[in-house]
Amino acid sequence: MIKHVTAMLLLAVIGGIFFTLYSGYAPDTELNTTASYYAENTAKDLGATNIVTAIIVTYRGLDTLGEVTVLFLAAAVVGLVLANSKVADANAHNRAPVGELLATGSRALVPLILLLGAYVFVNGHLTPGGGFQGGAIVASAMLLLLLANPVRRFSHRLIAVIESFSGLTYVLLGIAGLFWAGGFLDNRILPTGELGALFSAGAIPLIYSLIGLKVGAEFSSILSNLSETEEL
Amino acid sequence: MSTLMIAMTLLFSATVLGAALMAIHTKSTPIAIIAAGLVSLIASILFLILAAPDVAMTEAAIGSGLTTFLFFFVLNRVRGGEHD
Repeated sequence: MIKHVTAMLLLAVIGGIFFTLYSGYAPDTELNTTASYYAENTAKDLGATNIVTAIIVTYRGLDTLGEVTVLFLAAAVVGLVLANSKVADANAHNRAPVGELLATGSRALVPLILLLGAYVFVNGHLTPGGGFQGGAIVASAMLLLLLANPVRRFSHRLIAVIESFSGLTYVLLGIAGLFWAGGFLDNRILPTGELGALFSAGAIPLIYSLIGLKVGAEFSSILSNLSETEEL
Repeated sequence: MSTLMIAMTLLFSATVLGAALMAIHTKSTPIAIIAAGLVSLIASILFLILAAPDVAMTEAAIGSGLTTFLFFFVLNRVRGGEHD
């Protein structure tokens, strides 16, 4: 009883706080200084049509490097926790058989999903989406493969090579920006090209493709680690 | 925003709240996982209505796609260790 009263009181207090915040809120009618700078100068300075991508990869590139590192740490911790667990027997017969529909459907859909993922991260500077979204789509193709054939094994070496290569190249491209452009992760180490073309916006398509590969490899490693091991 | 859009937004918001309550209150863990995935899926539509397609794509791919299946993988693992 006393617990319920406390909970209700807490809810009322939180509700009061949010109501005060909401009633004092007036939406901005124009962009603030930073936002209007981005809106006006992104296309001119960096050559990217998708302002969100320009902010994520160039203006706030260091944050993105941090995000990718956090994801890498998460994947590493999953691997560490599962390192001591038993490897699932690939020849075990106690699994329920996979349906014909899933087995055939996955064969038709996996190449298309991989293509969509690659499209999303290669076109990150032109259309909505980018490395994180594309990487997640690529990993969902791997997930479909795992669902269609639970005993399938991915090459851990290949995943590790893709992951390290793209991470290393990402940082090296960032450092190249220090020497040949305005600063760390500046995209103008390559010509910005024509606005709206696939090969434009300097290093943004390159960096976002590397992020896409890295994110895809990290998610795939989490999924395959979970699927390949049994309980501790 | 047209009346249709406002009606759709209200419907989606109500569904998000309903799915979230279902995820909390249901006794069955698989249903809770699916309801949490539904919250993400409809949240991604709401992001799209709010003109944030980048966020909507992330939410749909990671929030409702990968996370849901990650939960199922982990649930499978936890069930395996239930009887010791």
